[in-house]
Amino acid sequence: MPHLATTYAAVNALISLGGEKSLPSINRSKVYTFLKCMKDPSGAFRMHDAGEIDVRACYTAISVASILNILDDELLQNVGNYILSCQTYEGGIAGEPGSEAHGGYTFCGLAAMILINEADRLDLDALIGWVVFRQGVEGGFQGRTNKLVDGCYSFWQGGVFALLRRFHSIIGESPTPVDQRGAECSIDNTQTTTASDVSEGDGSSDEISSQGDEHCHFQHREREPLFHSIALQRYLLLCSQDPRGGLRDKLRKPRDYYHTCYCLSGLSICQHSWLKDEDSSPLPRAVLGPYSNVLEPVHPVFNIVLDRYHEAHEFFSRS
Amino acid sequence: MESDEGDEQQQEAERLPLSQRPEWSDVTPIPQDDGPNPVVPIAYKPEFSETMSYFRAVYYSDERSSRSFQLTKEAICLNPGNYTVWHFRRQIIETLHTDLQDELAFVGRIAKSNSKNYQLWHHRRWVAEKLGTGAVNKELQFTKKMLSLDAKNYHAWSYRQWVLQALGGWEDELDYCQILLGEDIFNNSAWNQRYFVVTRSPLLGGLIAMRDSEVNFTIEAILGNPENESPWRYLRGLYKDDTESWINDPRISSVCLKVLSTKSNYVFALSTLLDLICHGFRPSEEFREAINALNTPDSGPLDSDLGRAICRVLDAICRRAPDVVPITCSPQLYHRVESTGGIDGSHDSVKDSSLRNISVVQENIFASKLELYESGLYDVMFAGSTVLFTY
Repeated sequence: MPHLATTYAAVNALISLGGEKSLPSINRSKVYTFLKCMKDPSGAFRMHDAGEIDVRACYTAISVASILNILDDELLQNVGNYILSCQTYEGGIAGEPGSEAHGGYTFCGLAAMILINEADRLDLDALIGWVVFRQGVEGGFQGRTNKLVDGCYSFWQGGVFALLRRFHSIIGESPTPVDQRGAECSIDNTQTTTASDVSEGDGSSDEISSQGDEHCHFQHREREPLFHSIALQRYLLLCSQDPRGGLRDKLRKPRDYYHTCYCLSGLSICQHSWLKDEDSSPLPRAVLGPYSNVLEPVHPVFNIVLDRYHEAHEFFSRS
Repeated sequence: MESDEGDEQQQEAERLPLSQRPEWSDVTPIPQDDGPNPVVPIAYKPEFSETMSYFRAVYYSDERSSRSFQLTKEAICLNPGNYTVWHFRRQIIETLHTDLQDELAFVGRIAKSNSKNYQLWHHRRWVAEKLGTGAVNKELQFTKKMLSLDAKNYHAWSYRQWVLQALGGWEDELDYCQILLGEDIFNNSAWNQRYFVVTRSPLLGGLIAMRDSEVNFTIEAILGNPENESPWRYLRGLYKDDTESWINDPRISSVCLKVLSTKSNYVFALSTLLDLICHGFRPSEEFREAINALNTPDSGPLDSDLGRAICRVLDAICRRAPDVVPITCSPQLYHRVESTGGIDGSHDSVKDSSLRNISVVQENIFASKLELYESGLYDVMFAGSTVLFTY
């Protein structure tokens, strides 16, 4: 029996492989038929025939439909209403209406809403207000309030910031490209690995920057992601890596492919989190360890390497 | 032939291969078709392959018989994640009208070792729905049992909420939350459940009616452990969609002031106060004094704008301990402060994160460094992480 999780994984794997054999091998019309069958009258999706309904199903279905360019009104109808009903009093998103706000479902909910262009319907202030508190003192992210951190949430929670930065300007206006320099100040920046640093001001902030270090500091802070990227990288590199290779939840847990995937994706998100422009290379000071640690950027909605995503996007828009 | 109850483990030990069971002699097992060039073929144990090959035979022929039913049990025990087998089992149940109480018992027996299995909980939901309201006590009891093993099991909580909404049984739910919070006031799942009950129980008056007593309860919890994020969020949640009442409830600002005055564990108090101010709350002089009392000598001149002053305190917390991983503050809030010249009128409520136990993070980082150092990989890893990243 087909299942949305395996469908999502298979489509993403094929796209990650890319190429002229991989992409055309996907039978889009059959996938569409399957997705239609999984659609529930409530607007949500089931994971399989007569299977469970939750926000995961909504995300995997919409993600697959979107990337294969088969997303239509019938598929996205009422999904927004369902996901909206899953945002909790805490600000995060739950798997089902009423359940606890959870990192995995928050990512799924937000990503799906972005894909159907209804992210504005969520209380994004509340969402951000929840997710920023999910980063623990260890540097890693926890999935829920008062629970332990886990490497995989580096992507589920960390990815939320990437999603908002990329698809939703949370600052009000678009941040200017980072290679435009205004005033320079040396400030004690909490996010970087060096002791003193140069801020990236833009032309219009000259007035503010000239008022002294602290204002410059505030100005500089706008460019920073809303989570502590270096701290998360530190957690991933020091605690999530298995010395024999592969990555894991935390120390003394076994490595597995799921954690390897999501820890690496989280690490990539961190390294690229200082830039709004997806085509730029990461700033050296945004990267913990040698610059050779830099990973391929991933598309924060689909969790596919960006180059492969572009190839697939182009391919499926043609056919 | 129906099996006895509770023999799953026994079956494993004394298993007779299907090929040797007379009742299966007429069936030709269908092997798994991995295609011509399997890339990562799984090394199945012979018992597993055999069971699944026989399963495929009856599944493809849609044989909904007693022997198929028994076979699904064996297949589930071998791989409880196989949703296809669970699905077929349900189809057999519908056709044969097998005993649903027995079914609950079966799920119950394998639940402990499969407590986070989506298929198991979905199956239970399906059975309970068929049984209807008569099943309510048993199901609440079952989830209670599961939650006693893991008070935060996400599936158990979702299932419990489904039972309440579909089958009823709300009478003791608020008490149940109370008990769990008594055992662990930090249990966020219990707080979430409390919110669920308070807002959705048909036996209570709804959020507005319950709000007053809930605020009091929550404030008690906050004062007991101001570093506990859960009640702070719950408190905010009680005033969801009613900001006016929130900023006007004197108990809210009062608890912030109380916690600030203790000069310890005040991050959430500060955050809440900031939030209040953003929404129009006008703090009295005592708040300013309490904030100023938190400032360290090196934090610079006192800010006339209280919102900014709070930001500075939060910022100082973030930068205090060098070896600790500080959490970012809220650039967006700073931005608003700068651009509007103050907090008044700003409705921005993006907040910073909290700094909890310093020793915890030091311990974790030290432990990980120690492990790596002992394994001889530390220098290589940290200085040259490429070793593990390049292939």
